[in-house]
Amino acid sequence: MAEYLAQFINADWQWIVYVGVALVSCVLLLALVATAAAAFTWAERKVSARIQDRLGPTRRGGRFGWLQSPADGLKLICKEDIIPAGADRILFRLAPYISFCASFCVFLALPFADNWVALRLNTAVFFMLAVAGLEVFGTILGGYASGAKWSLYGAMREAAQVVSYEIPLGLCVLVPVMIAGTMDLVEIGGQQAGWFFHWNLFHDPFTFVTFWIFITCAMAGTNRLPFDLAEAESELVAGFLTEYSGFRWSIFFMAEYASMFALCGLGAILFLGGWNGPVPIGQWLVLLAPESGLLHDATVQFANLLGMCNFIFKCVAGVIFMMWVRWTLPRMRIDQVMTTCLKYCVPLASAMFLGAMLWTFAASVVVNARTEPPPSPPSTTAVAPRCYALQKTAREAEHGEEGNDGAGTRTSDEKGGRRQ
Amino acid sequence: MINWHSFFFLLFALLSGGFAIGVVVSGNIVRMACYLVASLGAVAGLFFLAGADFLGSMQLMVYVGGTMVLLVFGVMLTASGPFVSLKTGGGQWILATIVGCALLAVLLKTAVSVDEWMQPAPAAEQIATEEDPRELGLGLVGVRVDRLQQEDETLAGGMAGYLLPFEIVSVHLLVVLIGAAFLARAKRRKP
Repeated sequence: MAEYLAQFINADWQWIVYVGVALVSCVLLLALVATAAAAFTWAERKVSARIQDRLGPTRRGGRFGWLQSPADGLKLICKEDIIPAGADRILFRLAPYISFCASFCVFLALPFADNWVALRLNTAVFFMLAVAGLEVFGTILGGYASGAKWSLYGAMREAAQVVSYEIPLGLCVLVPVMIAGTMDLVEIGGQQAGWFFHWNLFHDPFTFVTFWIFITCAMAGTNRLPFDLAEAESELVAGFLTEYSGFRWSIFFMAEYASMFALCGLGAILFLGGWNGPVPIGQWLVLLAPESGLLHDATVQFANLLGMCNFIFKCVAGVIFMMWVRWTLPRMRIDQVMTTCLKYCVPLASAMFLGAMLWTFAASVVVNARTEPPPSPPSTTAVAPRCYALQKTAREAEHGEEGNDGAGTRTSDEKGGRRQ
Repeated sequence: MINWHSFFFLLFALLSGGFAIGVVVSGNIVRMACYLVASLGAVAGLFFLAGADFLGSMQLMVYVGGTMVLLVFGVMLTASGPFVSLKTGGGQWILATIVGCALLAVLLKTAVSVDEWMQPAPAAEQIATEEDPRELGLGLVGVRVDRLQQEDETLAGGMAGYLLPFEIVSVHLLVVLIGAAFLARAKRRKP
């Protein structure tokens, strides 16, 4: 978009356009994160009330209880900002911002529709995982800097838990990345266009199981019940949050909701087709529209808008699912949490990875045997590029020729036949 | 007009260098770890600035994430008393300064000796290159995609990859992992 706008501006002033577009993206994302946090607090209250039959949130607080969230916000801002006498003051103040920055930066690489992304990266999946892992820094620093025993316990539990759960999470993410053959989220989403059975979730039985492992690990990674040992209100008096009050506390909560949203978004793109709905209405609209011109562009943008609604709906559904689990299941003990990770999630995820790999390979061989052999890669006898080409052919045969604008530059011969 | 590329390069370089000095000067072990994280994060920023997205993410994942473990150890070591600080003796300061300055001299000498780096900075558009981690991955399993065009059949067949170093390193890491698990296992009492 910046390049498009920059055409109309004098070369000396083009940087203004770039800065402006960057600012717009940032402000949009910040608005999304803030709104999502407010909406999710409301939803959390309503869901908990419905599930656990609590009276207050189902009856009070204006129409549908909308007044409760603004009232909460007002209360949090008015609260006294207390820093304990024994605290490491700088780190104590810094910790909430680190958490929030990390979970906000995850959104930079998250596409909301085809090419509607603040920063398109070739390695978006990896970037998101790397940055999402930094959120735990804020938690550990907050727990340490509070200078309290409860906080320290909470922080240590969090460290152990998050470091362990990153392994199965990474393994689960590898499966769709391997099927797609790329780490570019826009491309992964684009490959799943069409009906809902094109989604990676229904690609093969292994990806279906992988999705549920992913959700489990995402819940553990964002510290939600049944994995919220770092907070554990009843044993640790809110753990690392014990000494925080007022606005700093609410920043931690915004970070938690933001990273829940981001991880659900990652899951939605990797497994649930991203912005592609169960029925490809957007694609039909684009097909109906004229080939080119203003009407075509407008239709494409409208389809993208539909896609964004779709994507946000999937993210919200994921977050609601996490809430459902939170208010239904009791908290696990720390040894149970570790057992779940190391004895169940990691071996299962590894097995699913292996299974999906064999399935993809077998499918490519079968497809290859049915159709005529692909043009053999010139001047190479190596196995790996041929597997790569086979896999690509299989994918194309499966999904047909979907419109997908490629980004990466291609250098080798095999890549010349890539869809454009 | 300001060269924004140079501006951000200087910003990240200053951040990285400043926090690195903070690591040395600070006496509190947890703060040291924090400064180290900030310094390494700024280096990741430099990588992103150079268009190396994969390398930048890798830096965040491996170095910044790995420092977290250091931070946890720092917290555990200082848990005996609140905010224990480390004192460095005069002799250690002198020794460390000598070693550090020697390394700096070697690096500076190398950096100045590269002719291409002495030329004026190219425009930002030329610096930002699109890279594909797929080629890197294929290189690690023994196929150099950038060498497929070569005349020599052996080289073109992709025999110039990094398969052997990759395998050695991965087997080595596996041994280390199993060793760590063996050392840290719960000791079973004999009945």
